[in-house]
Amino acid sequence: MTQSVVVQVGQCGNQVGCRFWDLALREHAAVNKKGIYDEALSSFFRNVDTRSGDNGPDMYKGKICSLKARALLIDMEEGVVNEILQGPLRDVFDSKQLITDVSGSGNNWAVGHKMYGCQYRENIVEKLRKTAEHCDCLQCFFIIHSMGGGTGSGLGTFVLNLLEEEFPEVYRFVTSVYPSGEDDVITSPYNSVLAMKELNEHADCVLPIENESLFEIVNKIHQMINSGKLGSTVKQNSLVTSSAGSAKTLQEKPFDAMNNIVANLLLNLTSSARFEGSLNMDLNEISMNLVPFPRLHYLVSSLTPLYTLADVNVPSRRLDQMFSDAFSRDHQLIQADPKHSLYLACALLVRGNVQVSDLRRNIERLKPSLHFVSWNQEGWKTGLCSVPPVGHSHSLLALANNTCVKPTFIELKDRFMKLYKKKAHLHHYLQIDGMEQSCFSEAISSLSDLIEEYNELDATKDGPRIEPSRLKIAV
Amino acid sequence: MSIVTVQLGQCGNQIGHEMFSALCSDIRGTHGLCSKKENESYQDSCKERFFCEEESGVPVARAVLVDMEPKAISQTLSMAASSGHWKYHSHSHFCQKQGSGNNWANGYSVHGPRHKEAIMNLVQKEAEKCDRLGGFLTIMSMAGGTGSGLGAFVTQCLRDAFPTSFILNHVIWPYGTGEVIVQNYNSVLTLSHLYHSSDALLVHENDVIHKICARLMNIKQISFRDVNQVIAHQLGSVFQPTHTAGGGSGYSRNPLGDLLEPLVPHPEFRMLGLRNIPQMPESSLAFSTFSWPGLIKHLRQILIANAQMEEGIDWQVRPPHPGSSISSTNKPLHFNTSIANLVILRGKDVHSVDLGSFQDPSLYTSWLNPQDTFNAWKTPRAFNKYEKSASLVSNSQFLLKPLDSIVGKAWNMFASKAYLHQYTKFGIQEEDFLDCFTTLEQVISSYTNL
Repeated sequence: MTQSVVVQVGQCGNQVGCRFWDLALREHAAVNKKGIYDEALSSFFRNVDTRSGDNGPDMYKGKICSLKARALLIDMEEGVVNEILQGPLRDVFDSKQLITDVSGSGNNWAVGHKMYGCQYRENIVEKLRKTAEHCDCLQCFFIIHSMGGGTGSGLGTFVLNLLEEEFPEVYRFVTSVYPSGEDDVITSPYNSVLAMKELNEHADCVLPIENESLFEIVNKIHQMINSGKLGSTVKQNSLVTSSAGSAKTLQEKPFDAMNNIVANLLLNLTSSARFEGSLNMDLNEISMNLVPFPRLHYLVSSLTPLYTLADVNVPSRRLDQMFSDAFSRDHQLIQADPKHSLYLACALLVRGNVQVSDLRRNIERLKPSLHFVSWNQEGWKTGLCSVPPVGHSHSLLALANNTCVKPTFIELKDRFMKLYKKKAHLHHYLQIDGMEQSCFSEAISSLSDLIEEYNELDATKDGPRIEPSRLKIAV
Repeated sequence: MSIVTVQLGQCGNQIGHEMFSALCSDIRGTHGLCSKKENESYQDSCKERFFCEEESGVPVARAVLVDMEPKAISQTLSMAASSGHWKYHSHSHFCQKQGSGNNWANGYSVHGPRHKEAIMNLVQKEAEKCDRLGGFLTIMSMAGGTGSGLGAFVTQCLRDAFPTSFILNHVIWPYGTGEVIVQNYNSVLTLSHLYHSSDALLVHENDVIHKICARLMNIKQISFRDVNQVIAHQLGSVFQPTHTAGGGSGYSRNPLGDLLEPLVPHPEFRMLGLRNIPQMPESSLAFSTFSWPGLIKHLRQILIANAQMEEGIDWQVRPPHPGSSISSTNKPLHFNTSIANLVILRGKDVHSVDLGSFQDPSLYTSWLNPQDTFNAWKTPRAFNKYEKSASLVSNSQFLLKPLDSIVGKAWNMFASKAYLHQYTKFGIQEEDFLDCFTTLEQVISSYTNL
């Protein structure tokens, strides 16, 4: 079994990360009844013998002593990280896993990437090395950050670069929260586009998330619960909808429900690597199957169900509804409609009491309404994990490499150009050491190229399918 | 003679476990329907073939378990041990942590060479435990990365280390509509490589077994376990002891040799399909009776009409008229031409069965001597609760269409160069792909022109 390390950068990254660790502990607590430190736990947690203090040795077997997250918390402001350290998760983090500063990045990618990057480089490398040393077999780094700010965006992508340099063999999965159109950070288009170039070049897989989508999903859940339409069939305490039962005090923070969804995404993504099933799907398989060409590594994700149903023995109809929902517009975690765009590849990771026949039936049912690229007409990757998420009897994560990400990128480019044409706020960036105009032109060029690749694929969508002629053998 | 089984990857290990379970439960059963002496002889023969005796008395499977990540093997080992009736040897497995990521090149070019010594040591140990080594059976899928890539590499190593032993690869062909997106690439790479080192490929297609589960076994929510159990039953129906025609009174002592020599007369034709009837839910068995003539008639029509199971057989298909010179283009459509066939009969009154219909020369291609094309094995000892059971192992055009489909889809993807960077980064280049495509197009052409 392999280990993964989470690197959470910036305010958004750390808030999502915090929800992730909380949910991960709850999930493992629900599954691991005997309190023995097992391989599943070891993928995200170390087991430290703290009797001799915080620097105790790692225990690879035996009873759970003190679980420490395999994580690096980075923020150039102290607020969020301090809160985490004073909160109920404080024992899960080691003080040696934190890198903080005081003044923040001022929503400036250049400050995050060039200035703090340079300043903290050695510190970051050292801490990463330490975390890697605690891993028996490190397979993947998960970076969580937002694109629109300064730290998550700038320093986050700096770390991404570092990871490629220092650990070229380890996969880099990046969960990026993209800014919405009405984002209150004026320079978010600059930050996002500058960050995109780094994602294009250094990430193995990117899971783009848009706050608007998360917001709509959370609203929908609240509506359903409050309308009472589903009555007793809807349980309110699923891992997705609430933090009830989690280690939290009084009121939920506004973004918590939204961050929970992203945290669940990461849990489900790694579930088949951690737990057993009849058809395992590991992280390296996700990258292998969903990335047909190196730069096209943006995966649109959707999670269902988002609320729990009371009956455990779910009739097929409900199960099938779960599959249908996964492909509907309002379950996607970005503002996109994969059904009406072109699929390059699609992965379905099912958890719980779902068998291969359920999977096949639904693929057959949904296939006709989906458009797949001509060279990958049957491009499905499937995984079956026996362990369901907490509070659910089954769940589905769909990951799509689909041209429906294009509009998000085009909008980003448009917002960027609006500012860039007028050279608005550019001086804030250019005054940073190491930052030049060419950084901007290269970044927008990289984004344009990416959009162009998607355009070319889209052009093939409704065209005639010409199958290449096969090799001829002399008889 | 003993057979050493090498279980490769998640699929190989899951199926291997079901196979040993089925074999063990069959010999422990009291449904033999034959004399006590016959039954004991059968049990001894099966045990010698597949199990080793330990001091505790619990039979130990003659198997090596290989996977590049730990979960499947650990599940397999514990399930076997918890049965109480048989188990795997506690050290006879090799495992890594990272998996192969569904990447054939990773399995073949990276894991293969890296772990060759450790794996072959385990195989050597198992081989040495056999009084007489009858050969190797490898179980693998061709869709993923370990079973397929590492499996192809290990097969080559087996061939190098045991040049005179029989090697039979049991290969699982994935569902047509994806389990793995790059499954067609992995399949093409696997099949072409196996063709060069293996003696024969015994194939099971997930789609076909799935249909059997749905329509014949009446299973509502079909799991991989169900599919694997049907496959294990079919394997058992081939590998459990039988008397061969010229073998005297005892059970055959050379199961793989007896299987492979008549069925694979020409190196270009190595693909074996398997059909087994009847197949039904256990609960219905008590209420069903079968007649040998009926079973034989159905089995023969399954063969010539290229049917996948006992339902939906096309009875219109007939063999071409004897005596006329038929070129392959004149043969009736959908008629499945055979190179060689083996029928295995188990159960009551086997001695009375007339298999003349299988010896009809019009079923076979013209370039083989008619006497060499058909063989039959029999045993009065019933198998796995079926009062009568008939299996067909066939070297014919059974697999032509599915093979052609896989190669077609792989070629389509290859033409767009999609996913190639994932393979080149581990050392498999475009030229390597082309070589594999060429090998398989050759195989397709050969089978088409029968």
